[in-house]
Amino acid sequence: MTYEERLQHVSVLGAAGKMGSGILLLTAVEMADLSLKPENKGKPFVLNAIDVSDEALSGVLKYLKAQVLKMAEKKVVALRKVYAGRPDLIDNDEIIDQYIFDVLSIVRPSTRMEAAYDSKMVFEAIKEDPDLKIRIFAGISANNPHQPWFFTNTSSIPITKLDEGAGLGGRIIGFHFYNPPAVQKLVEVIKATNTLPEVEAFALAYAKNLRKIVVPSHDVAGFIGNGHFMRDILHAASEVDKLGKDFSFVEAVYAMNRISQDFLVRPMGIFQLVDYVGVDVCSFIMSVMDHHLKEETLRCPLLDRFLALGVKGGQYSDGSQKDGILKYEKGRPVAIYDPGIKAYVPISDFQASVDAKLGTLPAPPAWKAVVGNKAKEDLLRAYFDQLKGASGLGAELARFYATRSCEIGQELVSSGVAGNESDVNTVLLTGFFHAYGPINNYL
Amino acid sequence: MRRKVYMVAGYNTISMGTGRKEFNPKKERPGLEEYIREAGQGTLNMIGGAANVDECVIGNFMASRFNRQANLAAFFPYVDEGLRYKPAIRVEGACATGGLALMSGIKSVLAETADVVLVIGVEVQNTVKAIYCADFLAGAGWFKNRKNGHAYFFPGQFSDRAGAYFEKYGRDKTRQALARWFRNAVENSRLCPTAQEYHNTVKDLEALAMMEPNGKSFVDHLNVFDCSKVSDGASSIAIVSESGLKRCGIPASEAIEVLGWGQMEEDITKPPVDPAELTTTKEAVKTALASAGITRDQIGTAEIHDCFTIAGLMCMEAIGFAEKGKGADFILEGNTARTGRFPINTTGGLVGWGHPTGGTGVHQAVTILEQLTGKAGDAQVTIPADRPYGLTVNMGGDDKTLVSIVYKKAE
Repeated sequence: MTYEERLQHVSVLGAAGKMGSGILLLTAVEMADLSLKPENKGKPFVLNAIDVSDEALSGVLKYLKAQVLKMAEKKVVALRKVYAGRPDLIDNDEIIDQYIFDVLSIVRPSTRMEAAYDSKMVFEAIKEDPDLKIRIFAGISANNPHQPWFFTNTSSIPITKLDEGAGLGGRIIGFHFYNPPAVQKLVEVIKATNTLPEVEAFALAYAKNLRKIVVPSHDVAGFIGNGHFMRDILHAASEVDKLGKDFSFVEAVYAMNRISQDFLVRPMGIFQLVDYVGVDVCSFIMSVMDHHLKEETLRCPLLDRFLALGVKGGQYSDGSQKDGILKYEKGRPVAIYDPGIKAYVPISDFQASVDAKLGTLPAPPAWKAVVGNKAKEDLLRAYFDQLKGASGLGAELARFYATRSCEIGQELVSSGVAGNESDVNTVLLTGFFHAYGPINNYL
Repeated sequence: MRRKVYMVAGYNTISMGTGRKEFNPKKERPGLEEYIREAGQGTLNMIGGAANVDECVIGNFMASRFNRQANLAAFFPYVDEGLRYKPAIRVEGACATGGLALMSGIKSVLAETADVVLVIGVEVQNTVKAIYCADFLAGAGWFKNRKNGHAYFFPGQFSDRAGAYFEKYGRDKTRQALARWFRNAVENSRLCPTAQEYHNTVKDLEALAMMEPNGKSFVDHLNVFDCSKVSDGASSIAIVSESGLKRCGIPASEAIEVLGWGQMEEDITKPPVDPAELTTTKEAVKTALASAGITRDQIGTAEIHDCFTIAGLMCMEAIGFAEKGKGADFILEGNTARTGRFPINTTGGLVGWGHPTGGTGVHQAVTILEQLTGKAGDAQVTIPADRPYGLTVNMGGDDKTLVSIVYKKAE
């Protein structure tokens, strides 16, 4: 079966979710582009958008339309060539409208798993629950005559477990997009022990056509991305505990969030990132990793405490941030949840006193000013050189945080999860949008 | 000419669009009618009010698509109630619309149907993204060529011209000259508060403009800095006879006199005679200079139609400032800079000041009026006594509709 034949009938499971809708978008566009090639004229291309409820699916087409419009506007120079043979399409807006229609007409929203029984490949982006995934994969595999391939977006569950559990015989691969899939360049590709070589070859070709950067990760729970992220959370949480003797809880959370953002020149602080991903999702990933990683304990009482109080974070369907550990106004943190009093405490109440305790620090460059800057390396080196010699609590916390982040990265290499240091750095640069990789010699 | 024709009381709104600090495409902005009103009232305030106006002309290219509005002449009474029941007309000739509006006013004064004509040129283009704007502006070409044209239709047309020019006369030096053109345009804009590039603070403009063109996302031979701006703006001016000048109470020292013009059309259905040359522009300027009885060497300053930097360069050759194929040298030697022999586009031109298409021809006249009467503020250049003439070149479509006018300060 050729690449094109494989992509003629596809299903996305969890298509209404944050990750699933992005995967649906990218796949729909790739399939539509194939369908518009002259040699594929007349061939049907079908993409099932499967999710549990009609309510959830009702927003999917609207999302796709808005996103495809943006993409079409960017590539209209090429689209005019694609539709050169259509004399009725003259102005750019006519060509763009037609393209949106052609992409959307491939997509079939459905709440029935049976729709996947005709698919030659299945993307899965459902809840991070191994048993549920296994049950669904096994069900589709048993009823589908095409021996479909499964591309799972799991960010934590070992692929080999899913392969064995569902009896797929190697027709599965981990294909882990980063949030949001349409924007983040990274895809972690994880082979199970028995993943078929043709499945891997297809995965690499597909990623290339989507212009994604592929980083291979070994099939160890959490892979590279969450392997770093979850341990980063644990470090921050343990620092919050330690700060408890001099700071209140919300002050300590504020301090570590600020250290991890401003003083490490990251796009957002560690607790804001937890909210972005979702406290519940982080906690679930950690429990999956903890279950599979026997030599190490990955538990975070701090996250569990928030979760028990219903503090979850995550995002609204329009992509805006829900309140979680932090409370947000116009996307910026303005308060921190105090589990003791079960209420948010405004950051402005304690910001000045905490900042004073952190001490005078060298002025870090803003992440935004660094990330796309050609002189990035010089800017970062100059800043970290100053940080190296700086005194005070804040500088100390920042240095320790950076050192720990580097160690986590190195351990991912030494334990065989990542093939090399560069892969770890690529994941943080392209999946987490960091300005620099954690494994560096800045300090 | 059967009687003297003057222009007075020029007014420009800000040329609004990317580049201006206050421009935010996501926020609501003034509409077409606000621009018309601001410009019209600006001129009326200088000529003693609407009662002094005999006729009105409004130039607009494509409000029918940008703003879904036609019947623009009926906006004059909205400018001022005193214009109710007065004759008015709307004219269109793509990017030469402003020039045609001026010609319409000039001819009314010459025909003695009017002694004072209020002329406004306007375009409000930021109502759509650039990719759709390209569709609307493509109306300046033959619609039957649209299907096979570039997504960015006019950048595509002039990219083809640039490609032909590069092939004939060499690429590297020409690209360098186009970058210099951009630099001169922006540097001049920084001296004119209404210019779209007024807030530009880029240090090395030529380096920026040397960005390699990318045919995959834009066009093959030009980059975005080679293009004029997408602009919202309006300009207005009064065209008056000698008695009109008196009626408005404006001294001759604040007026410029129209000495001659070249107004002409080339077949819109035909490709360029020579893609490396602006043949219609050449003919129009020749006619304008001859009718004014002057030579190009007597020109002190010119406002020319640099819808693209390459059009600016080719226009230097069409006027005859430079020989064919020597336009790049002419620019790189500094002749067109504000300190050069022929200061061109002293408030930034279409690349720097902006290009509200229907308004551009009128804006050119306003700039010449300011320069020749010493009222150009920080943008003022020295007009040599032995070269007291100002020239405008306003082009519609790909060298199809042309209006070139010769002026000098009134005596």
